[in-house]
Amino acid sequence: MPRRLIALALLLALSAAAYILIDLKGPVAFILPYRLTKLAALMLVGVAIAVATVLFQTITGNRILTPSLMGFDALYVFVLTALVHTLGSVGFSALSPGVLFALNLTAMTALGLVLFGVLMRLARGDMVRLVLTGIVIGLLIRAITEFLQRLIDPNEFQTVQSLSFARFTQIDGVLLAVSAVAVIVGTGLAWHLRHRLDVLSLGQEAATGLGEPPASLHRLALLTICLLVAAATSLAGPLSSGGFGPASFFGLIVTAFAHMVTPTHRHAILLPCAALIGGIILIGGQLVMERLLDLATPLTVVIELIGGAVFLYLLLKRRAA
Amino acid sequence: MIRIEGLSHAIGGSPILHDIDLTLPEGGVTALIGPNGAGKSTLLSLIARLQKIQAGRITVGGQEVGRTSDRDLARTLAVMAQSTHVSARLSVADLVSFGRYPWHRGRPGAIDRDHVEQALTRFDLLALRHRFLDEISGGQRQRAFVAMAYAQDTPYLLLDEPLNNLDIAAARDLMGLVRDMADRDGRTVVIVLHDINYATGFADRLVVLKDGRIAAQGQPAQIVTEALLRDVFGTSATVETLQGRPYVVV
Repeated sequence: MPRRLIALALLLALSAAAYILIDLKGPVAFILPYRLTKLAALMLVGVAIAVATVLFQTITGNRILTPSLMGFDALYVFVLTALVHTLGSVGFSALSPGVLFALNLTAMTALGLVLFGVLMRLARGDMVRLVLTGIVIGLLIRAITEFLQRLIDPNEFQTVQSLSFARFTQIDGVLLAVSAVAVIVGTGLAWHLRHRLDVLSLGQEAATGLGEPPASLHRLALLTICLLVAAATSLAGPLSSGGFGPASFFGLIVTAFAHMVTPTHRHAILLPCAALIGGIILIGGQLVMERLLDLATPLTVVIELIGGAVFLYLLLKRRAA
Repeated sequence: MIRIEGLSHAIGGSPILHDIDLTLPEGGVTALIGPNGAGKSTLLSLIARLQKIQAGRITVGGQEVGRTSDRDLARTLAVMAQSTHVSARLSVADLVSFGRYPWHRGRPGAIDRDHVEQALTRFDLLALRHRFLDEISGGQRQRAFVAMAYAQDTPYLLLDEPLNNLDIAAARDLMGLVRDMADRDGRTVVIVLHDINYATGFADRLVVLKDGRIAAQGQPAQIVTEALLRDVFGTSATVETLQGRPYVVV
C-alpha cells in the first residue's frame, strides 16, 4: 500500500507540474507567481477537505456523510451575510481581505464548535442523532441566511452571491499564508490522532474497553474538522454551489476514491491517501477546466456532477456501513 | 478482586440497579444471570466503565473505575461488549491485533505480534486470519472478539452475552475456551449469560440478579433450585443434578 501512496504522490506532482508549465507563454514573471498561488490554494483546499472528511466519517462511523452535510458551508454563507447585513456593502468592502478572512475563520470555528458542543450534549454520544440534528440545524442556518438575504438590498445581495461561490481565480497572498498555517496545524493534529482514530472503527464500547473513550477523541477530531473546513472555505468559498445546494460532494468523492485505492482501516495510510487524492482532483480538475476547456464550466459544477453519481453509487450499491 | 459498593444506577429516570454490594474473588468464572431486564448487562458495563457510574464505587484489582486512567484500566480489564458492530472492514488478524492497543498505543512491537499469534492459535483462527469479519460465521466472529479480549492480556475479562445467536457447537466451544482462560491462565472471568444451563455447566460462581438487586449468589449446586426458578425467573421447572452440577429441565 505504501507503493500506491507513492504512485499517487507522483500523479499529484505530475498534475502540479502540468498545471504550472502547460501553455506557459507571455510574461512569465507575471504568470508564474499567479499560477503558483493558485496551485497552492487548490492544494490547501484539497488537502483540508479530504482530511476533514476522513475524520468526520470516522467519528460518525459512516461513509456517506461529509462536514458540509452538517451545515458547515451554510455557516460560511451565514457569516458573510450577517457581516454584509450589519456593515452594509460599503462597510463590508472597506474590510481588508486579511481581516475578513480572520473574521470568517474565527466565526466558523467558534460557531462550528458551539454547534457541535450543543449537538454533542443533545445527542449524548448517539452519533446518528447527532448527524440528524446536524442536518436539521444546517437547514435552519440556511433558512436564516436566506431570510437575512431577503432583508438586505439587491446590491448587497449581489456582494454576498459573488462571495459565496468557490473561486480559485483571485487569491490574496496573505490569505494563502494564513490558511496554510491553519491547514498545516489541522493536518498535523489529524496525523497525531491517527492511531487513536483507528480504534474508533471498532465502535464506541470496544474503543472504551481498549482505553480510548470516544468522547474526548470526538471533541479533538471535531475541533480539527472545524479548523480545516473553516480555513478551506474562507480561502475559496464553499465548494458546494453557493452553499444552498445539497451537500458538497467533493469530500465524498475523495474518501470514496481513497477507500478504493487503499482499502484499509488504518488512518496512517488513509489520511495521506485522501489528502493526495484531494489535491489531484482539484489540481487535475482545474487543469482540464482552464487549459482544455478554456474555463467553459466552473470546476464546482463538474465536481457536483461526479459527486452526485458517486453518492448515488454508494447509496445504492454498497450502503457502506 | 472486583469490589462493588453501594452501586445504584438509573436510565432515563427509571432505576435499573438498587444499592448493590458485591465482591467477586480473584480467579475462576463468575456468571451473571437473571431474567430479562434484571440489570445484568448494566452491571457489567458499569464495571467495564462503558457507562458512567452514577452512585457507588467499583474497584477492579485495587483500581477504582472512573478514577483510574483509561489507559491503565485497559491493561487491567478487557471487555467484550454485547454489540460488536465494526464500521471498518477488518480482517480477523486486524481485529485481534487491536487487543494489543492498550500496550502499544499504535506502534506494535515483537511482543505484541507474539501475543496476537498466540491468541490466533489458541482460538483456532489461524486459517481465518486474512478473512474479513463480514465473511465468517457468527460463531467464528464471536470467537475472534473473545480472542481480541484475550490478546489484551488483562487479569480481568468481562464478557457480555458472548453466546448470543450461536448454535450449540459454537457455544460449547466458546465456553470451553473461556473456561480454559480461567483454568490455565488464572484470569478472572465475569460473563453475562442468558441460558442458565450454560452458567451452571461452566461457571464456578453464579450471581443472580432480579429487578436490579442481587437475589442469590454462590456455587451453582447451592443456589440453582426449583424455588429460585420460581421466585426469580417466574417459571416452575424441574432441576436435575448431573455430575454434581444442577441443570434445568426445559
